[in-house]
Amino acid sequence: MTWLLRGVRWMRWYVRELTDESAYERYVAHVRKDHPAATVLSRRAFERMRTDRQESDPRQGFRCC
Amino acid sequence: MRRADPRSIAVWTVVALVGATGWTVLALARDEEVSAAWMVAAALGSYAIAYRFYSKFIAYRVLRVDARRATPAERLDNGIDYHPTDRRVLLGHHFAAIAGAGPLVGPVLAAQMGYLPGTIWIVVGVIFAGAVQDMVVLFFSTRRDGKSLGQMARDEIGPFGGAAALLAAFAIMIILLGVLALVIVNALAESPWGTFSIAMTIPIALLMGFYLRVLRPGRVSEVSLIGIALLLIALVAGRWVAESSLADTFTLAPSTLVVWLVAYGFVASILPVWMLLAPRDYLSTFMKIGTILLLALGVLVTLPTLKMDPVTDFASRGDGPVFAGSLFPFVFITIACGALSGFHALISSGTTPKMIQKETQVRMIGYGSMLMESAVAIMALVAASIIDPGLYFAMNAPAGVVGDTVQEASKAVAGFGYSISPAELAQAAKNVEESSLLSRTGGAPTLAVGVSEIFSKVTGGSMRAFWYHFAIMFEALFILTALDAGTRVGRFMLQDMLGNVYKPFRNVSWKPGLILTSAAVTGLWGYFLWVGVHEPLGGINQLFPIFGIANQLLAAVALTVCTTLLVKSGRLKWAWITAVPLAWDATVTLTASWQKVFSGDRRVGFFTQRSIYQDAIDDGKVLPPAKSMDDMHTIVTNSTVDGVLSAVLALLIVIVIVDAARVCYRHISDPEASRLSEAPFVESRLTAPAGLFPTPEEKREALEKADSLEKAEPTR
Repeated sequence: MTWLLRGVRWMRWYVRELTDESAYERYVAHVRKDHPAATVLSRRAFERMRTDRQESDPRQGFRCC
Repeated sequence: MRRADPRSIAVWTVVALVGATGWTVLALARDEEVSAAWMVAAALGSYAIAYRFYSKFIAYRVLRVDARRATPAERLDNGIDYHPTDRRVLLGHHFAAIAGAGPLVGPVLAAQMGYLPGTIWIVVGVIFAGAVQDMVVLFFSTRRDGKSLGQMARDEIGPFGGAAALLAAFAIMIILLGVLALVIVNALAESPWGTFSIAMTIPIALLMGFYLRVLRPGRVSEVSLIGIALLLIALVAGRWVAESSLADTFTLAPSTLVVWLVAYGFVASILPVWMLLAPRDYLSTFMKIGTILLLALGVLVTLPTLKMDPVTDFASRGDGPVFAGSLFPFVFITIACGALSGFHALISSGTTPKMIQKETQVRMIGYGSMLMESAVAIMALVAASIIDPGLYFAMNAPAGVVGDTVQEASKAVAGFGYSISPAELAQAAKNVEESSLLSRTGGAPTLAVGVSEIFSKVTGGSMRAFWYHFAIMFEALFILTALDAGTRVGRFMLQDMLGNVYKPFRNVSWKPGLILTSAAVTGLWGYFLWVGVHEPLGGINQLFPIFGIANQLLAAVALTVCTTLLVKSGRLKWAWITAVPLAWDATVTLTASWQKVFSGDRRVGFFTQRSIYQDAIDDGKVLPPAKSMDDMHTIVTNSTVDGVLSAVLALLIVIVIVDAARVCYRHISDPEASRLSEAPFVESRLTAPAGLFPTPEEKREALEKADSLEKAEPTR
């Protein structure tokens, strides 16, 4: 059973990383560690900022033919 | 000298034997049907050996990747676009970004020459050209903080060559979008099932976008699951719609679809990213990875037999109905993605370098992903080669040649030297619940028939129509996403160029400029789409070679930049690893452009075509396949545009190559005078394995690192 559980956990981790669902946690960890004085954006504000960045430079995350 | 371990020698000998057996069976097969298993064995055996030996040689001897050097992801980590990403995740990311419709379409069209030329080019091309290009671009861009290919061309070659490269990239983007849109139109025309399911993806994506923006921001996995479930419902519902009174509403003529697609492209590209583009992208990525895995599994489980000839007569005669011209050079430009694709250089030099943890991983991410894409191309070739050749040619020849009825088509196919009865043609269409499969050019429908053949062997015959539309949906989904994203990138390039003339254009959020440039880009690819749909000689037949030339010319730009960088960074001795593929690519592409411009064969040369039809117009005659004087004028206009375009593209690339040769010559004669814009060395503090599986040393290193961290921060 443990290997099955580990497999499921690994898949969940992989999918979250691949889709960048984990981007917010990564960002919070980054701000807390490197800029402790800065305010941390809420998840809603963070996700908005992320799509707005893609808006201003569409080459980010571009896919090929 | 390191002594090789006997077990490793044994393993690699077996791998080499498997690959060699595959090639031998494929090469010696005459008049008997060969199992696709041999094609898979030949490809996988060759990939394994190339990855183990050639890519290792390039990484450690030529590029001299340095595990001690910090990558941009580590140095510039901002938690958002620059961040060290796990190599297995990045492999998925990079692969999803490079593999799209390209590796699925090109090999299907090239199957008209038989399966052997395509297989050889896909495997040999990827090993010595495509994967090398992706890996070397990735390496140099990583050393330059993730600079784009255009910027590297400007910095390392000069403003003149850089501007030519940028202009070429823009032109290529437009042609790519026009041709991809044409593939969609050919797949969805007169097909209520397909049109309905694809139309439904728009409300599904809007719903997902709303969910992610308002209801639960950032919960991508759950919203993707909801989206995929809705997508499958839409797919099943498509059949009900096709059988109901609504069928007429969704049965659209090609020219109506063109209007819809252009309108869609324009509106989608000015909507905010979160509304349509981002959610569609999640859907298409999941569908893409899922379907490719299923297809690989299907091919391995069913191991179908190849029905196409190894090499057809069209290879030497050059009069094939799918695209004109002989094996050399046209197979090498028809199959771009999967063997060598210039577009990948845009991915390898943009997003991926900002996320890579270690320089040593360029081998796995750059070379490895490209081998995976090549495997996808091989599967597409398998899918195209297992269907009846008669059906293949009836589906892929232009409408003017095949005719409108199954009887005419059966005769036309007999004229190509293959046979299929009218009843069989009608049955093939009925099997997938389409009104007709005649002249469904563009590759997507053929691939879908092949895929439905493979999948229905696993799931039973009744599912055949479902799988056909599943495959169509899967291709249409990411082509539509590419139209939206590509229009945005084209617009960005145009805004940048116009910004030099009129400043406000450079501000990408300036609304009037945004709408104007979006309209210009959609208008440009819309023009090619319109032309392609109304081309009496067949849109794919005329436009696909230009698309291939364009894509391979972009590869020439990328390989030129790589070669220049190898020379300038003191690796002159090894510059051949990109210079040889560059020489091959330039020869193939410039020969193809030359033939497209100057050939006296009217099927190949655009200007010969033009003058023949112009002379006929002057004499008041209508030449088939044109049906009216209007058709004749259309042919004359299109041939002129296509001919001029082929010439201009070739010229741009010659400029880039000559300018780069000048820079290399200057460097060799006076190394002190040239300047290399590499980011300075910073010691890396990360430890991460180079390959998929960590070696014992890498494991030990990781453990030591964890120990020392524990000592430094005892509270943790």
